[in-house]
Amino acid sequence: MKFVNHEEVAAKTKTRLTKNTLLKGVFAAATGFGLVVLAILLYRIVTQGSDYLSFEFFTSFASRIPENSGIKAAILGSVYLMLVVAPVSMFLGVGTAIYLEEYAKRNKFTNFIKVNISNLAGVPSVVFGLLGLTIFVRFFDLGISILAAGLTMSLLILPIIIVASQEAIRAVPNELREASFAMGATRWQTILRVVLPASIPGILTGSILALSRAIGETAPLVVIGIPTILMFTPDGIMSTFTALPMQIFDWTKRPQVEFHDVAAAGIIVLMGLLIIMNSIAVFIRNKYQKRY
Amino acid sequence: MTTIVKPEVKTAEKETVKKNKSSVYKTEQLNLWYGSNHALKNIDLDIKENEVTAIIGPSGCGKSTYIKTLNRMIETIPSVKTSGVINYRDKNIFDKEYQVEELRTKVGMVFQKPNPFPKSIYDNIAYGPRIHGIKNKKILDQIVEKSLRGAAIWDEVKDRLGENAYGLSGGQQQRICIARCLAIEPDVILMDEPTSALDPISTLKVEELVQDLKKDYSIIIVTHNMQQAARISDKTAFFLNGEVVEFDETDKIFSNPSDERTEDYISGRFG
Ligand SMILES: Nc1ncnc2c1ncn2[C@@H]1O[C@H](COP(=O)(O)OP(=O)(O)OP(=O)(O)O)[C@@H](O)[C@H]1O
Ligand SMILES: [Mg+2]
Repeated sequence: MKFVNHEEVAAKTKTRLTKNTLLKGVFAAATGFGLVVLAILLYRIVTQGSDYLSFEFFTSFASRIPENSGIKAAILGSVYLMLVVAPVSMFLGVGTAIYLEEYAKRNKFTNFIKVNISNLAGVPSVVFGLLGLTIFVRFFDLGISILAAGLTMSLLILPIIIVASQEAIRAVPNELREASFAMGATRWQTILRVVLPASIPGILTGSILALSRAIGETAPLVVIGIPTILMFTPDGIMSTFTALPMQIFDWTKRPQVEFHDVAAAGIIVLMGLLIIMNSIAVFIRNKYQKRY
Repeated sequence: MTTIVKPEVKTAEKETVKKNKSSVYKTEQLNLWYGSNHALKNIDLDIKENEVTAIIGPSGCGKSTYIKTLNRMIETIPSVKTSGVINYRDKNIFDKEYQVEELRTKVGMVFQKPNPFPKSIYDNIAYGPRIHGIKNKKILDQIVEKSLRGAAIWDEVKDRLGENAYGLSGGQQQRICIARCLAIEPDVILMDEPTSALDPISTLKVEELVQDLKKDYSIIIVTHNMQQAARISDKTAFFLNGEVVEFDETDKIFSNPSDERTEDYISGRFG
């Protein structure tokens, strides 16, 4: 007795193929929609902002006159902020992921922690701002400083880095760990020489995406009380500062239309920064992939 | 009864050689549980140095479990509990103070599935020496060459040491893994079905290799292949349902086993 009726199968083949073609079209349209909207956005920003994008734009402070406005304080502030956020969040995030995946015993408690870390990634950034204001600015008395804002931003992106790193670490086949242990390697040697090299591409991709989120994030800075207009550059991590998204936010609020174009120029710079960061991620990733 | 007959060796001569050999592993009343599954029952085995000891038995009888207990790799499974004693060179490896890392630098392991690191061939072989603190490039070079020669793969890879080991065939990868194991200059080599993923020619190479290696190492090898056990081993242990049914000279096991179950198994009547 046969279970497959080949005539029936042949009769259904055509509908199956049509369905396939149809869905291909739907998915292509979905991709196209995103691309078109992005292209319009980019076009508008570039046409609006390019007039204000000049060398002076980078070397001048904010001003009442649109032509004289610049992002010197904001861009330096953002760079300083990243200098705090990147090491702090990556050390804490990758460290936590290594502990949870490699060292911690599998039990109900660690499972509970693992589940809730992903939940933390969904907490609104304003809440992290309030947390930073209460703990870092007030309780630890760090003031409205780069350090306080950097620690707040680190907490904000920590869950993303932890989850991305956990996934990258989990993807490393167990046979490789076994091979290493069987030769007398300690857990740390195995992590350093086998697990991390194999998972570093994933860890870096996740971390840099998280950092790009931190560099564009405004709400926590507003809550902490970062000033929008600053006529000096930061001179250390305890100094107060302003950041690019804050500056852009301030310009878009201004009644004069010219300032909206200045804001567009700021956005171009911010996007430039993001592209640089992502290129670094791609570069490091390729470098490691060649080796392994 | 169909028996695989090994060329007769003068038993008397062999006996005297055996007497002088000291034990590498002495297992006494070993029991092991995976949760409530009693996987190894009252195992007693005395494994001598510079011999090849084969472990045979049907699937699920505990061969892998036993061999992984010998270097305590079994401990990576959380549900495992053990009782009894395994003396490696007269020291109980289950002792609280026993350093498992040290044990594993003396007891190398080759796994069933080739598992090279996604690194260059050179870095694969140098892995063990490096983790034990050898940094000198000249010494590492020598170790790499010696180990690859030892694993009979030097000629095949000597011009491509910088290439990723994943680019090699399965049989070559397995010999890389054997070389990686030799690089730590172990005392004992544990092999869990090292040829089950290999073609007949690679299998033959590994078998010849095992014969060669026994001059300098003690080898414990799990195999499903009766001919292989008969060809390459000096002693054979027959496992069944977590127990050692018989442990004796390979010649004896394959020509004149004392237990009926052994006879049934090697003649292919079950398993
Ligand atoms: N990780 C594990 N967790 C729980 N039980 C296990 C585990 N590994 C093996 N067992 C059980 O222990 C027993 C012995 O398994 P083992 O892998 O040692 O058999 P084996 O003789 O190596 O078999 P094979 O020839 O198929 O490799 C089996 O009953 C198996 O189900
Ligand atoms: Mg097995």
